Amino acid sequence: MLPVLLEARSLTKSFPGVRALKGVSLAVSRGEVVAVIGENGAGKSTLMKILAGVQIADTGEIRIDGVPAPLRSVEEALGLGIALIHQELNLAQNLDVAANLFLGREPRRWGLIDTGRLRQEAGQFLQAVGLDVSPDTRVGSLAIGQQQLVEIAKALSTQARVLIMDEPTSSLSAGEAENLFRVIQDLRARGVSIVYISHRLGEVTRLADRVVVLRDGENSGELARHEISHAAMVRLMVGRDLSQFYPHQPHARSETVLEVDGLRTPAHPTHPLTFQIRAGEMVGLAGLVGAGRTEVLLALFGVQPAVGGTLKIGGQPLRAQTPAQAIAAGLALVPEDRKREGLVLGMPVRENLSLASLRQDQRRGFRDTAREETLSAEMIQSLRIKTPNDRQVVQFLSGGNQQKVVIGKWLALKPKVLLLDEPTRGIDIGAKQEIYRLMEELADQGVAIVFASSEMEEILGMSDRVLVMHEGRITGELSRHQLSEEAILHLATGTASPESHP
Amino acid sequence: MKKLLGIFGLLLAVCLFATWASESFRSGYNIENLIRRTALFGVLGIGVSFVIVTGGIDLSIGSVICLVGCGLPWLLTVQHWSLPAALAAVIAVSVGIGLAHGLLITRLRLQPFIVTLCGLMLYRGVTRGFTADQTVGFADGYKGLRVLATGKIPVPGIQGFEIPAPWAVLVVVAIAAAIFLNRTIYGRYLLALGNNENAARYSGINTSRMIVLAYVLCSTLAGLGGVLFVLDVNSAQPVDFGNFYELYAIAAAVLGGCSLRGGEGSILGVIIGTALILVLRNVVTLVTNHSNIEFAIIGAVILAGVITDELVKRYAIRRRAARELAQ
Repeated sequence: MLPVLLEARSLTKSFPGVRALKGVSLAVSRGEVVAVIGENGAGKSTLMKILAGVQIADTGEIRIDGVPAPLRSVEEALGLGIALIHQELNLAQNLDVAANLFLGREPRRWGLIDTGRLRQEAGQFLQAVGLDVSPDTRVGSLAIGQQQLVEIAKALSTQARVLIMDEPTSSLSAGEAENLFRVIQDLRARGVSIVYISHRLGEVTRLADRVVVLRDGENSGELARHEISHAAMVRLMVGRDLSQFYPHQPHARSETVLEVDGLRTPAHPTHPLTFQIRAGEMVGLAGLVGAGRTEVLLALFGVQPAVGGTLKIGGQPLRAQTPAQAIAAGLALVPEDRKREGLVLGMPVRENLSLASLRQDQRRGFRDTAREETLSAEMIQSLRIKTPNDRQVVQFLSGGNQQKVVIGKWLALKPKVLLLDEPTRGIDIGAKQEIYRLMEELADQGVAIVFASSEMEEILGMSDRVLVMHEGRITGELSRHQLSEEAILHLATGTASPESHP
Repeated sequence: MKKLLGIFGLLLAVCLFATWASESFRSGYNIENLIRRTALFGVLGIGVSFVIVTGGIDLSIGSVICLVGCGLPWLLTVQHWSLPAALAAVIAVSVGIGLAHGLLITRLRLQPFIVTLCGLMLYRGVTRGFTADQTVGFADGYKGLRVLATGKIPVPGIQGFEIPAPWAVLVVVAIAAAIFLNRTIYGRYLLALGNNENAARYSGINTSRMIVLAYVLCSTLAGLGGVLFVLDVNSAQPVDFGNFYELYAIAAAVLGGCSLRGGEGSILGVIIGTALILVLRNVVTLVTNHSNIEFAIIGAVILAGVITDELVKRYAIRRRAARELAQ
């Protein structure tokens, strides 16, 4: 067994309202590829950010070569040889490859950049990652896979001994991914350690020397090389009994209210989607990050208008080119990022609650201030929004209460279909349950509900029916009695039909 | 509200200082003049505050004033158009300019800074072209129309002081603007989209249309300002008529509580801000006898104002955080 290079012990990290890590440990040896897997929200990205010095753990210990190393900044982590390669690449598209590799660390002579040495050294690192381009190629002109290799070369040029890769294949073609795997195996042979985060269990099976599984901010298990199998990984990621947490009751079947036929989103125009939702039905949209769930909701709501297909609401055809049209037809969306899309943070609770219904309640262009006041009082009471008064600026409410404001904004319009994108992201347990109860009440009133969620339990606990997406396609539909975490993960990771992988 | 009181207090302080330091400051003539100038610049400030509320900027105001202010007498005295036709033409041009700015910004997604900077150069250049750089004016004509800018409304019981007519124009414009911003759904839409354009759009607001409207209002009021300015001074030189006026307007709006990040604005604040800048200018001229350093003083005061505002804001946030931690 090679000596342990990087060791993290009992790391904890809390954010307002969320305990992201509840004591996670991870050890990486020299020249080892360790895969870290887990459902969304299991704590993977927080762990990686702590290891790379982007965030600081609340408690716990990190040792490098057995020496305690408090990683307080990215510079410090880099200095100790730990480099993180983000899912979204961080390269200056307008500069050439060599300039990107040594950005901020340019070799100098007499105060000026020593371009000769810059090019020569850049060439060496490009060779090390098997990237056959000239150092003065503009980064913007490279394919995504090549840019990723530039990132890796950049990390190597900082003398990195541990490379953390976050979903490195999420935007690569099959060929580019193959090349990346070769580079990873090469690096391992040269003694570089790699922490590999991926949702794609097939890749993990191929590459990893060891798999560390996280669940709900804790280590749920570890698999040595010979123990790694798809089934074993899924078992560790899943396997928790569903509590009485979810107030879900099956709903009476009713008439179809939303008919989607051949919908093509701008992000995945080659995959037409077809599905129907009934009044009072609660449908979960499951899938991994990047599966195209948000894109479906945004297309339905007219934010990113569909490029094809037809849409009917209550039998009426709708071509939603703007949210205003979708709203007029009876749709409402609780968006993924409530701070950027759901709320006007600098405005009071009342003005946020009335924003969508001002038009409906106007008196020849003038605001109906009395109506605004009663509406906000009603919503604050019926949704139990905790706020000192409705003049409170919404920014200062807790996440759960902010989310209630976003939902409350739509209720006055009596939507036929309520779309929710990650309805309980970043809110605490108590508020979560209130949001669930609210969704349940609305479904009882006959509102059709479609919600996208990365939280497995939420999907299992709240859905009458689940549509599972993988890379822009609906790979399966599960009714309530067919629901299981294994079934959803199989469909969501595309492992049910491995050939469909690009 | 606190901000308004703060800026109003500053205005009062400067006025008191000036009253004490300079005899000419307290003359009826000087005060009338200050009120008239405040009214004229106030109209511009109100216009640009709509754009600033959306998070945009309009640098072309001074050049629109030049175009309209030179264009109106040119059409009347050189081209011999009838008064209604000439007025209709300059109003149409002002509205059209705002429409063009708004469409370029929302449809082509060009930056407001660039679009209106090009406008700044374009409209002045065009004006200097068609007037051949010649001074234009009304000479002794159009006395009835000029009353709008030069007329005075006597105040019963007070001798030696009359309210200048533009003040009445400003009051009408300000009341209309305040009602629009604070009482209509569109005013709310502007404030909401200035704060968070995405959230406004996701709430079903046609944000593009509202942004275009803001630029139209701004240019239209700049056009109105141009008409009033030229009626006031009677003659206009294309080379410098309205020069830098956009900066006065923007500075007044910012002093009056508009945030350049958008989403905040008060009509009353803009008027107080305008008055403060003009009083400062007046004081510099009267007290120091060095009117050439006027820009330096105004620049320093505005900078001090926004720095204070930012520091107060940070202090409030820190105090709030401390209070929450204590709970």
